[in-house]
Amino acid sequence: MAVTMAPESRLPVRDDGEIVGARRAARALAATLGFSETDLTMIATAVSEIARNMVEYGGGGEMTFAVIDGDGRVPGRRGLRITATDHGPGIPDVERAMQDGYTTGRGLGLGLPGARRLMDEFRVESAVGVGTTVSMTKWVV
Amino acid sequence: MRVPILSLGEVLVASIQDALTDRGWRQLQADLLAQAGRRPPPGSRRKTAPRGVVIDLSTMDVMDSYATRSLDGIARMLALRGAETVVVGIQPGVAFAMAQLGLGLASAGTAVDLEAGLALLAEQVRGDGRHHGA
Repeated sequence: MAVTMAPESRLPVRDDGEIVGARRAARALAATLGFSETDLTMIATAVSEIARNMVEYGGGGEMTFAVIDGDGRVPGRRGLRITATDHGPGIPDVERAMQDGYTTGRGLGLGLPGARRLMDEFRVESAVGVGTTVSMTKWVV
Repeated sequence: MRVPILSLGEVLVASIQDALTDRGWRQLQADLLAQAGRRPPPGSRRKTAPRGVVIDLSTMDVMDSYATRSLDGIARMLALRGAETVVVGIQPGVAFAMAQLGLGLASAGTAVDLEAGLALLAEQVRGDGRHHGA
């Protein structure tokens, strides 16, 4: 069982300015964990894609950034877990939304599959009419 | 934040110093389009409107799909105005993340830094007749 450690921070993501704020916050927290420069960029980029999805399709939402200590298999392994929650229309077909190029809006359809490739763990839970939660984790190697 | 645009002979140089919001990208687009099409005032040494644009991303730590699409759109619009665009300074981690996302630039050339970008533009402007895939 993973143990969530402080610090944890929570930010609203409702417009393009807050998208930039979310990725800055993620990068700053990740930098304290000892991620490489490339990992920091991957995390910030994944946060940017998911935050934009939330603003564009979910009517905005919030992101939580948490430091994780230990993943159950590797004791003492540290990581950053990002949870993005919106109360938008939800995704009717998550499998399909995870495919490259699938989009219902003006985007390129890269958001979910792209962010998954940039992170180590990635999970989407969505219910139509209720909202969507994306949870993604990157471990410090 | 507004991106400053410098004029170097026939070339405009825009160095993006900070993460741009959507409005920031639209402003940069409008500013570059206005300047790239502007002929110099009478009496200037330069006789033609700028024919090349260098966009410097060396201090950018993230280029997500929105930013890349905005940048490529700017290059496509500038091509329609008769100006070539070269994007310079994409950092290694940014290139890695962009490739993972399947992102690339269809309408702009790329070079490692400003110097290489200016050299590439000089070649392209001399070469002329080159058609954009856009």
